[in-house]
Amino acid sequence: MAGRNPFVIIGSGQAGGWAAQTLRQEGHDQAIVLIGDEPHPPYERPPLSKSVLVGAAPPESTHLFPAAAWEKVGVEHLSGTTAAAIEPQDHRVRLSDGRSIPYQRLLLATGGRPRKLAVPGADLPGIYYLRTIGDSLSLAAELRSSGRLLVIGGGWIGLEVAAAARKRDMDVILVEATSQLCGRALAGDLAGHLERLHRDHGVDIRLNCAVARFEGKLRVERAWLTDGERVDVSAAAVGIGIAPNSELASQSGLATENGIIVDDYGRTSDPNIFAAGDVTNHPNALAGRRIRLESWENAQNQAILVAKAMLGKAQAPYAEVPWFWSDQYDTNIQLVGLPSAWDRMVARGDPAAGSFLVCYFKGGWLDGAVGINSGRDVKLVRRLMQTGIPVDPDRIRDPSVRLQDLLKAGR
Amino acid sequence: MSAAGHHFHRVASISEIPEGDALHVKLEQWEIAVFNVGGEFYAIDDVCTHAFASLSEGFVEGDVIECPLHGGRFEIKTGKAVAAPCTDDVRTYPVRREDDSVLVGIPAAD
Repeated sequence: MAGRNPFVIIGSGQAGGWAAQTLRQEGHDQAIVLIGDEPHPPYERPPLSKSVLVGAAPPESTHLFPAAAWEKVGVEHLSGTTAAAIEPQDHRVRLSDGRSIPYQRLLLATGGRPRKLAVPGADLPGIYYLRTIGDSLSLAAELRSSGRLLVIGGGWIGLEVAAAARKRDMDVILVEATSQLCGRALAGDLAGHLERLHRDHGVDIRLNCAVARFEGKLRVERAWLTDGERVDVSAAAVGIGIAPNSELASQSGLATENGIIVDDYGRTSDPNIFAAGDVTNHPNALAGRRIRLESWENAQNQAILVAKAMLGKAQAPYAEVPWFWSDQYDTNIQLVGLPSAWDRMVARGDPAAGSFLVCYFKGGWLDGAVGINSGRDVKLVRRLMQTGIPVDPDRIRDPSVRLQDLLKAGR
Repeated sequence: MSAAGHHFHRVASISEIPEGDALHVKLEQWEIAVFNVGGEFYAIDDVCTHAFASLSEGFVEGDVIECPLHGGRFEIKTGKAVAAPCTDDVRTYPVRREDDSVLVGIPAAD
């Protein structure tokens, strides 16, 4: 197996797939072994809560590379396979089927798994989590107009699932344990905008509310909410966050804390082992702290950079301005930066028209933005942040000022 | 790209597409983005090859267009995909200038 000096990647998601492709593109001519527990070639997850969930796109549309291109990368893909242990002293990975394979360099792209609800009845059939193609297809089969879906969690996954279920004309009740939607990511008035969007589309949103227990004979039939109400449901979908799959790393002695601790080249505490994607706790120069991101963009771009670093070809450390998007109904929401403790907020555009940008400033510097149906402006803000150009908040607010001109003027 | 076998249509006056900007036009069934790069005009497919997004609403940097949705990039002059997540190129269309008009050629129907 695998020839001499293979590079081994554990995890065949977005990060694992882009890392494999990048290794090859950068001239690595030794074997690449990709270990993944799913049966699919590497795929991207965003459509699983959007187009795939409503049946508008086939699951194959999520594959990162066309079949011929993936074939050309020439990866030994051990699908349906789990890594049981890493043996760093021997440079070997032990698989759950007992095999042991050597590595010259190892990349951990193990991602994360949905956090589980811990309430009575939470293991009844008909209660779904969303992470994989299989999860998406199972939940999709429950979305029908005669049913009622209980969505637990008012974060991105919960909101996208709610939008998909409404698109299928299904009754939707959404419970969120805190006092606002997307509390970790959005300032209050933007969360309110999203709340109105969903209420206007018929979602019954209950804030400060959670599920106390589920009941049902053969599958979930009803839920008791913490506000005392009992609701009949045909299915439930849970989106209460992701836990990093860092156990393999910690059990083999690598440093972990809220994910696998890496530097800005994806290096773990072992010089031959790297990590990328959702599982990494990595430094972010712009935020000035360590962060762990659960985003498509980080999974892709960090993996590309770390793959280069594994070959000693990374030109510069990983230092991107975090960027994230969500699609709900006809609304595209994009976030850039991780604004914290901002002291000034300016809006550009008209929220009533459904297309606007909100920028956050800290100490006179642009610290992040949220765009509603304004992708181009978000990109420009991101570029302004990346280049460190000083930006006058009043110019942002002025619709006659083109943001690309601010970028040009700063150069 | 050869202009043979194309029908040219006027899509805009030169002043309607400022430098670094783009215009979305639909010619028959073709959804096209027309760009002004340094005073020269180029036309490529408007729809990104990764997911449904309009490149004319994207961000132009030099001669590269960045998709407004997911950040994939294409060379405006060649249509070549140059950044993840895009791996497939977009189609290019021949462009002509006549006086102050910009004309884009679409494949002639047989």
